[in-house]
Amino acid sequence: MAYSDKVVDHYENPRNVGTLDKNAEDVGTGLVGAPACGDVMKLQLRISDDGIIEDAKFKTFGCGSAIASSSLVTEMVKGKSIEYAMGIENSTIAEELNLPPVKIHCSVLAEDAIKAAIADYQKKRALKLSAQT
Amino acid sequence: MKLPVYLDNHATTRCDPAVVEAMLPYLTEIYGNAGSRNHAFGWGAQAGVDLAREQLADLIGADPKEIVYTSGATESDNLAVLGVARFYKDKGRHLITTNIEHKAVLDACHALEKEGFEVTYLPVDNEGLITPEQVRDAIREDTVLVSIMHANNEIGVVQDIAAIGAICREKGVIFHTDAVQTLGKIPFDVTALNVDLVSLSAHKMYGPKGIGALYVRRGRPRIRLEPMLYGGGQERGIRSGTHAVHQIVGLGKAAELAKAAFTNGEVERVRGLRDRLWTKLQTIDEVYLNGSWEHRLPNNLNVSLAYCEGEAMMMAIKDLAVSSGSACTSASLEPSYVLRALGVEVELAHTSIRFGIGRFNTVEEIDFAADLIAKKVGWLRDMSPLYELVKEGVDLKSISWTAH
Repeated sequence: MAYSDKVVDHYENPRNVGTLDKNAEDVGTGLVGAPACGDVMKLQLRISDDGIIEDAKFKTFGCGSAIASSSLVTEMVKGKSIEYAMGIENSTIAEELNLPPVKIHCSVLAEDAIKAAIADYQKKRALKLSAQT
Repeated sequence: MKLPVYLDNHATTRCDPAVVEAMLPYLTEIYGNAGSRNHAFGWGAQAGVDLAREQLADLIGADPKEIVYTSGATESDNLAVLGVARFYKDKGRHLITTNIEHKAVLDACHALEKEGFEVTYLPVDNEGLITPEQVRDAIREDTVLVSIMHANNEIGVVQDIAAIGAICREKGVIFHTDAVQTLGKIPFDVTALNVDLVSLSAHKMYGPKGIGALYVRRGRPRIRLEPMLYGGGQERGIRSGTHAVHQIVGLGKAAELAKAAFTNGEVERVRGLRDRLWTKLQTIDEVYLNGSWEHRLPNNLNVSLAYCEGEAMMMAIKDLAVSSGSACTSASLEPSYVLRALGVEVELAHTSIRFGIGRFNTVEEIDFAADLIAKKVGWLRDMSPLYELVKEGVDLKSISWTAH
């Protein structure tokens, strides 16, 4: 597969690989994809009470463009608000990385990972709030 | 050591310098048409074509008259399957093959199904093997052809061609085998193996691309074929078209060298390199061999490096030229049908890497390859959420994944 320099750069020097405590109240975890399909992304976001994404970590099983898409996404969301992150569309990721058509699904997966991580965070937050009342 | 290291010898091989040397005069000096019977240019070309026919026949224990030159193994496979089926269609319309054949056989079978033929696709076991009894049980009154490859191009598994051939002979069914991966690696003799048609290719045995041959048995039984190309009547009318003389000469020289590989130590040296690679890779956690070890080409290794997706692995080891059964390397986004036919779990099929060791590889290259892979497996697993989950004690099957 002939990839863009950006994909190769993110693949060879992936940003923010790692793990946050998935049990922490302020961490949302998104695990999307399937091993059988050949790509699984885990995206974790640490979010402050005022809705700012303070940290982002990922781990990805998948091809070069799946790894690059996840790496890029962590850079895009860090320091941004939940609203901003929810607004990121796969087409933005695909354009930024200049993904070939057969690899567009990697950017879709990355978008799904953001949404899944934020949904997990919001669920935790809702549980916490309901416990307080 | 020159990088990248070429370990993809099942895909194609480097032309042996002796092959190139043999070919060159046929481009610049002896450039006649082998069909020109009335001048020296034609006679010279014809002599080159004849010598190559003898060299190739000698490699497989055939008579030179039984060799039909083609453009390569795809054409040979097509000609064998389509040619037999169409010639003998009044005798019967049933064929037998396996579910791990090369696409050149499988897609030819699919074409015949559209013409009203029936095809039985025998399933291989989890080692990649067909039993002769499976073939016996599948043969019917109207079966005209059995086509089973000698060694598979992905997993290198070698079928019991002699026993399958004996059954076909006993039942009076024509037997074709694709021996493209075999020649120069394991002994091949058309009589010992009871075969009627054999597909061969030059570029898999250090010859040029674009030339191959089909062995067509001439006696006991005499096999007849409906041609696919019509024209000047070359190759006894089975395959018309001006002889690609320089290519044919290269094929012949490659066949001579392939025969020598059994006596000059090449076969054992390559086996030693392959074994060395496998011994080293086995020191990595969760590496799985795909296909039988016992019934395997001496130059093949196909492994799954669990939790490391194949295409990502190939990017990580870009100093090595290998191939993968990962979906991400194919246009279809489906992992290898061969590995799936063995029952290799789809997750593991995505992590498969195929090594084809060859004549020009060295111990230094093998050690470099093994060390690089070990290093990159660690790197990719550190990045793999699956590996992390497994290390936490999570059963991946307990997670409800969302297919996409």
